Amino acid sequence: MKCQKCDKPATFHITELTDGNPQELHLCEDHARQYLSQSGIGQAEPENVAAALAQQMAQHMAAGQVGQTAEELARLDQQLCPVCGISFYDFRSQGRLGCPNDYICFEQQLNPLILNIHGETEHTGKAPKVSAQASQERTQVIRFRREMQEAIAEEDYERASKLRDTIRRVEQEDENKPAQ
Amino acid sequence: MPHVELNDLTQSPGQWLRGSGPQADIVISSRIRLARNLADFPFVGRASENDRKRIEETLKGAVLGVQDANRLLYIEVEDLAGVDRQFLVERHLISREHAESQGVRAVAIDGGENFSIMINEEDHLRIQVLRSGLSLDETWDEINRIDDHIDSKVTYAFHEKYGYLTACPTNVGTGMRVSVMLHLPALVLTRQIEKVFRSLQKISLAVRGLFGEGSQAMGDFYQISNQITLGRSEQQLIKQVQDIVPVIIDYERQARDFLIKESPENLHDRVSRAYGILRTAQTISSEETMLLLSSVRMGVNLGLIHDLEIPLLNDLFLKTQPAHLQKLTGVELDSSDRNIERARYLRSHLHGRAKDDDSQKN
Repeated sequence: MKCQKCDKPATFHITELTDGNPQELHLCEDHARQYLSQSGIGQAEPENVAAALAQQMAQHMAAGQVGQTAEELARLDQQLCPVCGISFYDFRSQGRLGCPNDYICFEQQLNPLILNIHGETEHTGKAPKVSAQASQERTQVIRFRREMQEAIAEEDYERASKLRDTIRRVEQEDENKPAQ
Repeated sequence: MPHVELNDLTQSPGQWLRGSGPQADIVISSRIRLARNLADFPFVGRASENDRKRIEETLKGAVLGVQDANRLLYIEVEDLAGVDRQFLVERHLISREHAESQGVRAVAIDGGENFSIMINEEDHLRIQVLRSGLSLDETWDEINRIDDHIDSKVTYAFHEKYGYLTACPTNVGTGMRVSVMLHLPALVLTRQIEKVFRSLQKISLAVRGLFGEGSQAMGDFYQISNQITLGRSEQQLIKQVQDIVPVIIDYERQARDFLIKESPENLHDRVSRAYGILRTAQTISSEETMLLLSSVRMGVNLGLIHDLEIPLLNDLFLKTQPAHLQKLTGVELDSSDRNIERARYLRSHLHGRAKDDDSQKN
């Protein structure tokens, strides 16, 4: 796909959602930068073009892949993380994610953003002692705590006490860790 | 009594300005920071006040085991007076964001100021290790040890593909920022600094000012750091910064040679005037002080000023900062009183007789 403003290939696919009516833009890097700087953000020296663009997109637009329609993006934008409850729109407007599970439930939207920022999408460095799977299971505790609060609010004490036991069981895993 | 211990820090020069090591005239310090989050809490921005308390309790236990507790200073930043927060920012022990934000948050500081660990900053955990001069391998060994210790006590948020998970995707993967602080007055003076920055940006290295993100390059101090945190190993990220530093040092030396060759009188004049103002001014702002100290520092390194030592100058860069001045005098001062006190402090440290003049007046 060509850039809408010149003959270079379009590498940035931007969907502007701020006016309510989604509008698709396909731009080369130079024109994307020009477009984003005109929108009033990123007046500061960009430390790195890709990172600056990606950050700005994250804050103000949905970064989609070619082939995704604006409607699809708008729908994805409102989808909620079942663990912390934020939407991708919340992330775009604040620039910060809500919990570790966002990397899983918003992967489709985050992956192109991460690629823009880092030029890669695969971690190759150090890893913690715990497996990624165990870490992800642990993240579910955030959801259990929230559900426990809801159960208490609804006076469903049986459910609340079951949830409390589940949370305790998971939390005790750290205490059982062997000392280094 | 953390307050007493905090005040003890005023007596030491602070790790980042100790001014030792090879090429210490240009390389000020090395720093590595790691961003980590607990798997079972929302990221800080989404955490409730109760979550923040529990994050702090959980991490406090893990962090206090990092080394002998007698050599650790644990501070609840929320309870700290404004001037003390600013003091820690000036010493690079906490970030400006950590000083200014709201809610339960803390910092654990090594007594020798070799590391600090922030709790509930943008991420649950921000570990940083500081060393004088160019010493990234040693810095990595230390931060890796601290990280392993904390990892043995808690469960970090980690993804098999994206690595360590952070509140902002710009830090995901290694969660690591490697930076080296350089003093580059000649590149600024010859207007070549922009060119250097542009070439660094092309290879994904970022340039920041003295106090990190978004800060002005005060006193010609610049931090060079990696922009990318994902897809490369910690060693690769360190090597990239390590490899570029000698190149920038070489540019700075060439610029200094050029200034000397082009017009030794102009350069000597600039340096001498800066020294003169610092020794005689009666009221002076922090910005002007930094600017002039930078010229004098270069003058000493080029042999144009003979009666000054670099460690004293490094010390003055730190002690003339607003919070340091107030900690040293023991009273809160407004901006105009600070400018008077700063000038007095500079006169007494740069010119033996200035002290006598003062005592005659009093």
